[in-house]
Amino acid sequence: MSDDARDEETVTVAHGGGTGRTRDFLEDSVVPRFGGDADGLAVGLDALDDGAVHEVGDRSVVVTTDSHVVSPLSFPGGDIGRLAVSGTVNDLAVMGATEPLSLTCSLVVEEGVSVGLLEDVLDSMQAACEAAGCAVTTGDTKVMGSGDVDGVVINTTGVGVLPQGAHVPDAGLSPGDKLVVSGPVGDHGITLLAEREGFDIEGDLTSDVAPVNDLVAAALDAGTVTAMTDPTRGGLSTALNEMARKADVGALVDETAVPVRDSVAATGELLGIDPFDVANEGTVVFGVDAATADAVVDALRATPLGAEAAVVGEAVTEHTGRVVLDTGFGRRYLSEPEGEQLPRIC
Amino acid sequence: MATEADDLKFRDPEAAQELAADIERQMERIDHPVEIMHVCGSHEQVIAKFGLRSMLPSDLSVTMGPGCPVCVTNMPEVDEAVALAEAGTTVATYGDMFRVPGTVKSLADAKAEGAAVEVVYSASEAVEYAAAHPDEDVVFFATGFETTAAPTAAVLQADPPENFYVLSAHKYVPPAMEVVAEMPDTDVDAFLAAGHAATITGYGLFEEFVDEYDTPVVVGGFEPLDVLYGVRRILEFVESGTSGLDNAYPRCVSRDGNEAAMSAIDEVFALTSGEWRGIADIPDANFVLREAYAAHSARRQFDVDPVSGDGDPLTEECICGDIMAGTATPEDCALFGEECTPQNPVGACMVSDEGTCKIRHEYGGHPEL
Repeated sequence: MSDDARDEETVTVAHGGGTGRTRDFLEDSVVPRFGGDADGLAVGLDALDDGAVHEVGDRSVVVTTDSHVVSPLSFPGGDIGRLAVSGTVNDLAVMGATEPLSLTCSLVVEEGVSVGLLEDVLDSMQAACEAAGCAVTTGDTKVMGSGDVDGVVINTTGVGVLPQGAHVPDAGLSPGDKLVVSGPVGDHGITLLAEREGFDIEGDLTSDVAPVNDLVAAALDAGTVTAMTDPTRGGLSTALNEMARKADVGALVDETAVPVRDSVAATGELLGIDPFDVANEGTVVFGVDAATADAVVDALRATPLGAEAAVVGEAVTEHTGRVVLDTGFGRRYLSEPEGEQLPRIC
Repeated sequence: MATEADDLKFRDPEAAQELAADIERQMERIDHPVEIMHVCGSHEQVIAKFGLRSMLPSDLSVTMGPGCPVCVTNMPEVDEAVALAEAGTTVATYGDMFRVPGTVKSLADAKAEGAAVEVVYSASEAVEYAAAHPDEDVVFFATGFETTAAPTAAVLQADPPENFYVLSAHKYVPPAMEVVAEMPDTDVDAFLAAGHAATITGYGLFEEFVDEYDTPVVVGGFEPLDVLYGVRRILEFVESGTSGLDNAYPRCVSRDGNEAAMSAIDEVFALTSGEWRGIADIPDANFVLREAYAAHSARRQFDVDPVSGDGDPLTEECICGDIMAGTATPEDCALFGEECTPQNPVGACMVSDEGTCKIRHEYGGHPEL
């Protein structure tokens, strides 16, 4: 890109939306600049997976990091603290590291935020750590001027250790593998959008934000998991498309088998937003060897977060890199949402 | 009339398969290709989102006509809104309009450069914004068909704050159907009319059209079974070789419509001729504010002097107009999915969630899925 074009292009919300433009930015601007090989690197930046994997001795070490920015800071089902711990614990878990070793907490706080609010957020982080069986072991605090940052931003970095080669990439699907979803989709994103828009909707809209490491451990114990990811920004649609694209397979999904709460479906229709396109913070998508799919679903259903786990489709040889949705009526593509989502007018 | 539609459960795949089987038998008996045009982005959404085209026989095509209000909003109208935003007013508009390119820029571009642009869900939200910000001049860039023209009329009748103005780009559908029906290369056998516009106008409005153009019109709803039921009803007309009018959405639509809404529209707006983007200059199809509402008319109260450019040079190649006239499909466009994507739209059909190209890009067309 010429210098003029570089200066003219500005970062937009879509660059951080977790879908196409984010991927373009990572592939064009970030990955080429950091492309060095570290010793024993098994999964690096170019994989665009949920974390990096290093082979150290007879172990694999997983590292992942995430900065958490959410508006409003507190929402039905959680707050930014619970989100900051869950997000990183979950990224470790879906790489296969279900026993997080260490977690960092780096706070960037806006001047004027009450200490009480900040302590509530830290309490919430500690509660989530206890649920996940991990601890914050180091951290950093910075304060920025009023208006220079919106409330509180929390970065957490997680480290997990597992036997060498035991990690699970998001790219491991093979034709015939079953696709399994661990619970209802769309809860977090639709809850946040409804809060943000000030929609006063009766119902049980609650974020699913929670550490999923125990749920993932149950699945790994019960069967052969070939691929795993957590459908956060960009939702189930983006997660399935990425899994299909990275593995060079197609995905055939039965829409009627995907659990979606009635309140989430109804609110999504009202907002003109598909629950498949929005973030989840306590849900996992698995690729599972077909022979063990039922065992994995049974094991997931026995966990507190997995009661509605279900087989929702399978990987196929046709439609490489795409997701075909059987709506129960006909079939169509399930595409990734593009950038920010705009409300519809009629 | 059409009481069966009342009993349809909205999302019953088994009932849908039965309707699809009926349609297939009808098409076998008709024994020639049939083209049905619908004129509503919401119909295109439901058809694409539920994969309904993959249920239909290949010689039956259901095409979207000029049914996306965002798409038919003319570029100079966007230029007017951009000019008002850049002149220091706050422009409030529906989210779909935000990124639609004018000849120089979109409202999104203007906002990125510092202009005040607010996305609203309704006309009354724009009024609330104006009431809460008395020191700003708030211009509601009002787009859409009868369904959104009625609420715009209602807020103007309800004595809105002095600092609330309307820049009307509202459009009236029926004349556009006539224009399409008269196009020499249009091969439309029947129309599936938009149910929610008909909740306002009533289905009786189409009686004249059916007589004049000898073309069946069926008013349809927006659940997948509504659409399939409407298609089957249309094919009954086609099979019998008659034209006629039917209401396949009786749970919402009556013959006379919403008379209060129609009289509000009539009191506030006059109809005038104007360009529908990419289609034609259409007589009596643009709603403009009547003189009695001049105090709230952005065009009357501000010296709107839009800068107009030549548009993106790629717009020369854009075939949005042919697509909206039903004479081309998105796949016929050299730009589709290449230079023109939802992230970098060239034509308005790729911007709006109601636009044919964006819908096709997201859901696929009639692929062998």
